Amino acid sequence: MPRSQSKTRLTRFSHSVHKMATLIPLKRFRMVPAILLGTLLLLGAGDDSARVDRLGHKMICMCGCNQILLECNHLRCPSLTPMHAELVAAVDRGDADDAIVQSFVQEYGAVVLAAPTTRGFDRIAWIMPYAALVLGILLVAFVVRVWRNRPLPTAVGVPAPAAQAELDRFRAQVRKETDL
Amino acid sequence: MSALGSYALLLALALAGYSFLFGLLALAARPPGWERLSETARRAGIASFGTVLIAAVVLVTSAFRNDFSIAYIFHHSNRDLPLPYKFATLWSGQEGSLLFWSLLLSGYGLVLRLRHKTDEALFAHASVVIAGVQVFFLLLLNFAARPFAVMQGTLPADGNGLTSLLQYPEMVIHPPMLYLGYVGFTVPFAFALGALVMKYPGDKWIHITRRWTMVTWAFLSLGIPLGAHWAYYVLGWGGYWGWDPVENASLLPWLTGTAFLHSVMMQEKRGMLKVWNMWLVFTTFWLSILGTYLTRSGVLNSVHAFAQSPIGGWFKWFLVIIFVVFAGFFFKNKSYLTSEHKLESLVSRESSFLFNNLLFVLACFTVLWGTWFPLISELLQGHKVTVGPPFFNSVIVPVALLLLLLTAVGPLLAWRKTSLDSLRRNFLWPALGALAVAALMLIFGVRPWRDLSYFYALMTAMLATLVVLTVTSEFVRGSRVISRHTEQNLAASMLHLCHRNTRRYGGYIVHFGVALLFLGILGTVFNQEGEKEMAFGDKLVVGPYTLVCRSYTQEERPNYSADVAIMEVFKSGRQMDTLYPESRFYPANQQQQHIPSVRSTLKEDLYVVYEGQNPETGRPIIKAHLNPLVSWIWIGVLVMIFGTIVALVPNAAPVRSVVPADAAANVRVRPAPVGAGD
Repeated sequence: MPRSQSKTRLTRFSHSVHKMATLIPLKRFRMVPAILLGTLLLLGAGDDSARVDRLGHKMICMCGCNQILLECNHLRCPSLTPMHAELVAAVDRGDADDAIVQSFVQEYGAVVLAAPTTRGFDRIAWIMPYAALVLGILLVAFVVRVWRNRPLPTAVGVPAPAAQAELDRFRAQVRKETDL
Repeated sequence: MSALGSYALLLALALAGYSFLFGLLALAARPPGWERLSETARRAGIASFGTVLIAAVVLVTSAFRNDFSIAYIFHHSNRDLPLPYKFATLWSGQEGSLLFWSLLLSGYGLVLRLRHKTDEALFAHASVVIAGVQVFFLLLLNFAARPFAVMQGTLPADGNGLTSLLQYPEMVIHPPMLYLGYVGFTVPFAFALGALVMKYPGDKWIHITRRWTMVTWAFLSLGIPLGAHWAYYVLGWGGYWGWDPVENASLLPWLTGTAFLHSVMMQEKRGMLKVWNMWLVFTTFWLSILGTYLTRSGVLNSVHAFAQSPIGGWFKWFLVIIFVVFAGFFFKNKSYLTSEHKLESLVSRESSFLFNNLLFVLACFTVLWGTWFPLISELLQGHKVTVGPPFFNSVIVPVALLLLLLTAVGPLLAWRKTSLDSLRRNFLWPALGALAVAALMLIFGVRPWRDLSYFYALMTAMLATLVVLTVTSEFVRGSRVISRHTEQNLAASMLHLCHRNTRRYGGYIVHFGVALLFLGILGTVFNQEGEKEMAFGDKLVVGPYTLVCRSYTQEERPNYSADVAIMEVFKSGRQMDTLYPESRFYPANQQQQHIPSVRSTLKEDLYVVYEGQNPETGRPIIKAHLNPLVSWIWIGVLVMIFGTIVALVPNAAPVRSVVPADAAANVRVRPAPVGAGD
C-alpha cells in the first residue's frame, strides 16, 4: 500500500478516535486519542526503520569493503553516509521496496545488491546448488545400486573346512570391521 | 643481509630441483645404482629445509634490525612496531607469506623424509611429489615475488608499518595455523599420488595419510576460527564470518578434508570408496592451492586479499599442471582401485558416510560456486554481481542442518547393516530430548512459522541436542560395559573406553564440539544492536543492558594514538562492568581502526564499538551489539581440537576383566552398541 494512502487512513482513524473520545465525559480518558495516535505513529516509525534495516541488509556498501551496507563500520565511510541517507529518504517518501532497490541498482550497478537476483542469468546462481544436490543424490543412488548388485565371489560346491590361517584372517577382519 | 637471503633461496631452488628431478629419474627409469640416486634426492630435500629456513631467518632478522633497504621490510614494518609483530612481518605481505608457505612445506618434507624407514618406496614417491611442489614455490620466490628485492634510490628513514588490522595478538598465531593447514594437505596428496603411481598394494598408505590429514585438518580447524575470532575482536562490525572470498577459500579444503576423514574409514574398514578417496585427497590439495591463488592474485575483491600481482598466472598454470598429472596417473592406473565389498544395506554406516560425503562436497561446491559466480557473471553478462551473506546463508544453512542430522544419526549405525529395531531403541531418548528442547524454545517465544531464521534456529537447537545426546549415550553405554568388567567407576571407565579406541571416541568428542559450535552460531538469529551519539552521562539500552557514557580519553601509545570511550555497563540497575572501546590512529600508514570492547559471558556478548565522532555534531558515536551464545563457538572449536588430539593418541590394549569367568557369564548381557566401530 502506498505510504500516502496509509497516512490518510491513519489520520481519518485518529480523527474518529478523537471524536469518540470527546463524546465520553470522563476527563481521564481525554488523553486516550493522543496516546493511541502516538502509538500508531510510533508503530509507523518502527515499520519504516524495519524497512530501512531490511533493505539496508539487501545491499552492500560501495566503499570497497564488501560489507553489508548497514554493517560497514568504516570511520567517515565516503559511501555509507550518502547511501544510508538516500535509503532513509526513499523510505520516507514511501517508495516501494522494488523501486528503491532498482534506483540503487541504476545508480551503483548490480554489484550493489548483496545477493544475485532471481531473474535472468542471476537465477542460475540460485539454481546450481540445488541442481548439484539433485545430481549428487542421483549419483549416490546409482553408486548404491551398482554396489548392491555387485556379485560376490561364489563358492562352487560344498566349501572346504577353513584352514587355521584362514580362520585367523577372518577373525582379524571381524576385529577390524567391528573394533571389538 | 638481502644477498644472503637471495642466495639461500637460489640454493633452496637448486636443492629442491635436484630432489625432484633425480628422485623422479631414480623412480621412473631405475638406472643402475638408482637406490643411491634416490637417497641423494632425499638428502637434497632435507637440505632444502635448511636453506629456506636461512632465508626466513634473514627476513625476520631484517625486520628486527629495521633494514629498510629491503623493500618488503620497508612496506610491512616500521621502527615502532612491537617485537611480536616484527616477527609476524614474515607472513604479513605477499612475498613473505610465500616464503613462509615454502618454509612450512619444506618442514613437512623434512619430517616425511626423516621418517622414510616406515616404507622407503612409498616415502620416496611422496618425497618427489613434495619436491615438485617446493620447486613451484621456490621458482615464485626467486623470480616472481622476491622477498629480498632492494629499495632503489635514497634509503627511507622509517617503514610504512604493518597494516593496522594485523596489529593484534591473534595475527601472530592465526596465519601460521592456517598455513600449517593449507600446506599440510600437500602431504596426503603426495602419498596419494605416490600410491597411485606405484599401484601401492594394501591400505598402509591410507593409514599413514589419515594421520597426516588429521594433523593438518586440526591446524585448519583451529586456523579458520582464529581468523573468525580475530575478525570479531578487530574488525568491529559485530560479526565473525562475512562469507568473504578469502574466508571461503580457507573453508573449501576444510570441507573436502573433513569429507575425506570420514570416507577414508570406508576404505580402511571395508575396502570401499578407493577412487573417491583418491579424488578427495587431490581436490583438497588443489583447493588449498586455489585458495592461495585467490588470496594472492587479486582476482576477487576481498578485504583480506593481498594486492593484485602478476603471480596469479603462475598459480593458474600450476593448478592446471597438477590436475593433468593426477588425472593422467589416475586414468592409467585406476584398475588397481577396485572396491572389495558391496553395500549390504541402506541403513548402515557405509550409506551414512556416502550421504555425509555428498553433503560436504555439495557444501564445498556451493561455496566455490558462490565465490566464483561474480567472475562467471562478468564473463557471460558483462557485469559483476555481488554474492554475499544473504546468498550463502540461504543455501548453506539447509546443507549444514542435514550434516548435523547425519552427525547425530551416523554413530548409531553399524557397519554393513543396522536393524531398524536397534536404531529405534538407541534413538528414542535422544530424540525425546531434542523434542523437549524444541518445546522449551516454543514456550520461550521462538515462533518458527513467523520467520525462516527462527525455523533454522529451532532446527539447529534440536539437532545439536540430538548430537550431544547420541554422543553422550554412546559414551555412557560403552563405559557401563567397561565398568561391569573392571569394577571401575563410570568416570574411570569412560577414560578407559576413550583410551581403548581413541579414534572412535575422539571422533565423538569432535562431533560434540561441532554441536556446541552450531549452538553458538544459532545465537546470531537473536542478535540485537543499538547506536547513539553519546555525551557524558548519556544512556544506550541494548537488551537487558544499559550503557552509560562516563568519559572519553586520549592515549598515546608506542605505535598509535587512541581515543578511548569509558562506558559503564548496568544490568537491572546494578553495575556489571566497564568497557573501553577504542578508535586508534596509526601514523606510520595513516590508518584508523576501531577496536571493540567486549563483555563476554556464556549467555551472550555485549560488544561495544567507538565509531568515532559525527563530523556534523562533533559528538562521539557508540554502537553496541548484543550477540547471544558467541562464546560457545570458541568453546566448540576447542572441544573439536581436543577431540582430534584424543583421536591421534595410540590405542591402549584391551581391558582385562576382573570379573571371574562364571560371574561374567551371569551378567545380564545387553545388546552391544549398534554403532560398533568408528
